[in-house]
Amino acid sequence: MGNNIVLDIAYVDKSFGGLQALSNINLQIEEGKTHAIIGPNGAGKSTLLNVCIGRIAPDRGTVTFNGELITGKQPHEINQAGVVRVFQTPEIFPELTVLENVMIPAFAKRDGSFKFNAFSLLSDETDIVADAEHVLDDMGLLGQSAHVAGSMSRGDKRRLELAMGLVQHPKLLLLDEPTAGMSRADTNATIDTLKRIKERGMTKVIIEHDMHVVFSLADKITVLAQGMIIAEGAPEEIRGNPKVQEAYLGESTDE
Amino acid sequence: MKMFKLSSKDMMLMLVLSAAVLTMPIWLVPFGAGYPDLMQKFAIFGLFAVGFNILFGLTGYLSFGHAAFLGVGSYTAIWSFKLLSMNVLPAVMLGTIVAGLFAVLIGYVSLRRTGIYFSILTLAFAQMCYNLAYSVLTPITNGETGLRVLRDDPRVLDNMFGVVQEGSPVGSLFGVNMQGYPGFYFCAVMLLIGFFISLLIFRSPFGMKLIAIKSNQNRMRYTGFNTRPYLLIAFVISGMYAGLSGTLMAVTDPLAGAERMQWTASGEVVLMTILGGMGTLTGPLFGAVLIKYFENIFSAFNESSLLEIFSFLPEPLQHFVVTIVHPFVGEGWHLTLGALFMIIVIFLPGGLVEGFGRLSKKFKSKPTQKSE
Amino acid sequence: MDAILLQILNGLDKGGAYALIALGLTLVFGTLGVVNFAHGALFMLGAFCAVTFQKILTISVKVKDESVTFFDAYKEVPYLEIWWGDTGLAIIDWAVPLSIFMAIPVMLLIGLLMERGLIQYFYKRTHAEQILVTFGLAIVLQEIVKSFFGANPIPTPAPDIVAGSAAVGSWLGLSDNIVYPYWRLIYLAFSLLVIFAVFAFLQFTTFGMVVRAGMSDRETVGLLGINIERRFTIVFGIATVVAGLAGVMYTPILPPDYHIGMDFLVLSFVVVVVGGMGSLPGAVSAGFLLGILQSFASMNEVKSIFPGIDQIIIYLVAVVVLLVRPRGLMGRKGVMED
Repeated sequence: MGNNIVLDIAYVDKSFGGLQALSNINLQIEEGKTHAIIGPNGAGKSTLLNVCIGRIAPDRGTVTFNGELITGKQPHEINQAGVVRVFQTPEIFPELTVLENVMIPAFAKRDGSFKFNAFSLLSDETDIVADAEHVLDDMGLLGQSAHVAGSMSRGDKRRLELAMGLVQHPKLLLLDEPTAGMSRADTNATIDTLKRIKERGMTKVIIEHDMHVVFSLADKITVLAQGMIIAEGAPEEIRGNPKVQEAYLGESTDE
Repeated sequence: MKMFKLSSKDMMLMLVLSAAVLTMPIWLVPFGAGYPDLMQKFAIFGLFAVGFNILFGLTGYLSFGHAAFLGVGSYTAIWSFKLLSMNVLPAVMLGTIVAGLFAVLIGYVSLRRTGIYFSILTLAFAQMCYNLAYSVLTPITNGETGLRVLRDDPRVLDNMFGVVQEGSPVGSLFGVNMQGYPGFYFCAVMLLIGFFISLLIFRSPFGMKLIAIKSNQNRMRYTGFNTRPYLLIAFVISGMYAGLSGTLMAVTDPLAGAERMQWTASGEVVLMTILGGMGTLTGPLFGAVLIKYFENIFSAFNESSLLEIFSFLPEPLQHFVVTIVHPFVGEGWHLTLGALFMIIVIFLPGGLVEGFGRLSKKFKSKPTQKSE
Repeated sequence: MDAILLQILNGLDKGGAYALIALGLTLVFGTLGVVNFAHGALFMLGAFCAVTFQKILTISVKVKDESVTFFDAYKEVPYLEIWWGDTGLAIIDWAVPLSIFMAIPVMLLIGLLMERGLIQYFYKRTHAEQILVTFGLAIVLQEIVKSFFGANPIPTPAPDIVAGSAAVGSWLGLSDNIVYPYWRLIYLAFSLLVIFAVFAFLQFTTFGMVVRAGMSDRETVGLLGINIERRFTIVFGIATVVAGLAGVMYTPILPPDYHIGMDFLVLSFVVVVVGGMGSLPGAVSAGFLLGILQSFASMNEVKSIFPGIDQIIIYLVAVVVLLVRPRGLMGRKGVMED
């Protein structure tokens, strides 16, 4: 296509016990695009994301990021390479404040995977705080920045998750159902945010059930069913694809 | 210089604490605790708990083996007295460093596991140290008798500089003997330095990352942190604090025995930390002082002193109360300690500092912002 | 060859004690999810059941000693002897085995009280808090025992008839040099019997089936509508009785003192970890295995090559197992892995 391939998933297989979760997945993500992966429950979408961030090792096949092999690497190495995942069930630091939750990933971005800065003061880290507050403002969470994260509402936790991902300015952002469980208004706000990031040229992979979200954001859609890719193409092509409608779309467009 | 970058609140804390610690010989008198031996204990165990809190309080990793580092510090200090000099500075430095080296080894291995497995690994290592100190390592530790300083030890440095001590050798700092009040002040200064370092760690990005590891270690990995070196450093720092505390024990009383390394001794520092409040800055210090204070009070009681105390009661009641109280004091102090342990964990897992916080909040009855 | 057989025998009775304690520890951990640092104290309480029973049987009265004719001498004569003569003496002689009948209800009661009174409130708290509170309880229990029985070990001999040694070697047609105290053989047989009983109970009763299901998958059992929590109390009681019995029968081998529980606790935890957290066969086999290993490590031939190895062998094995095979010899994947 002439476009730069950021993430290259090649011949990936994964089975759990007797269940084939992924079989022979080949997928290329182009730079600056928003790539949606859709499919019915149990199609293997989350497994695929987990393979990309090093949580699950594939039985076969490779994942390459910007020409660098990332299968077999530690999760923190993959993150440091620029692949950041936003989790579906909020994986936050419940005892820390909202601001601190965002400062932590900002430190990871600035300091790398390890830095012994025990003798510098947090109160001197004005850049990190500014960075974190900027992102919180973006997500509409600035007013809550002194709150303990564990006490927030579920929807706010999801937005905090997203803020924690965005503050690292990742090269590739993997979003696992970013709007699941959100109200319509929150969903639209999140779509707006994600559109704005898109204008900055960040590459994204989105797993999503909500077709409204998918069709508002995606440049390209891949459809998974039973661990296999059954269709791939631009949104219009997918919408018209009878195979996809049969497998998936027909039953959930009104979701 | 760094001190001046601390927030004014922390500066205040540091100043108040320094004043409080250094004036202990004055204000502890009405409490019957104003004598040097006990105050040395306050400072030494305070330091131990403050250091332990850097591991347990910040990262949540519960070590049951820190008494081993205490013992290593003591033995190293005594050997420094025997071979090098009765000056306490080489002993302090060597004791801390050698304990740190032990902590690197034990920590490196133990931290490959988390949760209860980590606790059991540290326990296993500490028991190995303890058992070895009593058996094959007797040439180094002098077994059950304990290692002590002798008059005819070589003391290379002292001989080189012609330093001579009259009588049985005691630790000294350029001629000032480290027993009694000078010993207390030396320990107090060490405690304040240790507390200051702990304060810096609490207020640093490093400290925040440690707390984040306690909160959600997996998330830290997916956030781009290699958590193991963070944990190892926290482990080694707290091991060095323990080593320093052990050294100070030897400084104030030049004798080291293996019972210092027993795992129940590790349990005691855990209790101090949770009694005061794990993860709080000042809690562990409070906890250590309280426990050592009550240990001193309680173990001094015996039946006749109890009868005296309760002599205001009518006689049958007096004997009844004494019968109830007696098992908890004197020899039975450990019973009180165990019961205290349970009460704190059951009713006040956040420790006294949290308890005070809750109380003062109730009085002010301000809207709580930082609560779950 | 003789030496090896003897060391295996030596290891087996200690291994039996480890196995019994570890069995209860891992049963409680696997079903209740509780790390019980007071489990060693239960072993100690069992041992002191035997001591108490012996004390009760030997309650004495001062009577004039008729055999001394020159002056008035008095001796202590147990009531049992006065009442029943030789039968009474025989009962006293058999104090340790007989005390089992007292230990079972007493330990069961202690277990139920402990679970209802304390442990049940800690199901949902962190492992660290469970460790701390049961550690505190262990101290309390041992200090109470200390204040009643003092700090010194209390001799509690086995019945006279089994006081000697068995010629195990000649039984097996080997060297006559292999002799072994009867009581230790009895202990071994006893521990195997208890282990067998516990396994049979878990294997063949409906109750046991539910407990086993709960150990392998607590959530699913909960979903089936079975109230597993109500059974926890009984499981805890069983573990208490097993630890207590192990303590009762161990008294002739090692006169109990108040901290015998702590000594065994640390070792038993190591045994559980080596066997695999939550695995009953793992706990039992690791118990015997470590007992035998410890006994081999204390052979002079071994000690001359690795000085001090007898002191640390168990811990060393634990460290190696935890690092190489973190789930232990027989642990299932996923139990307590982070």
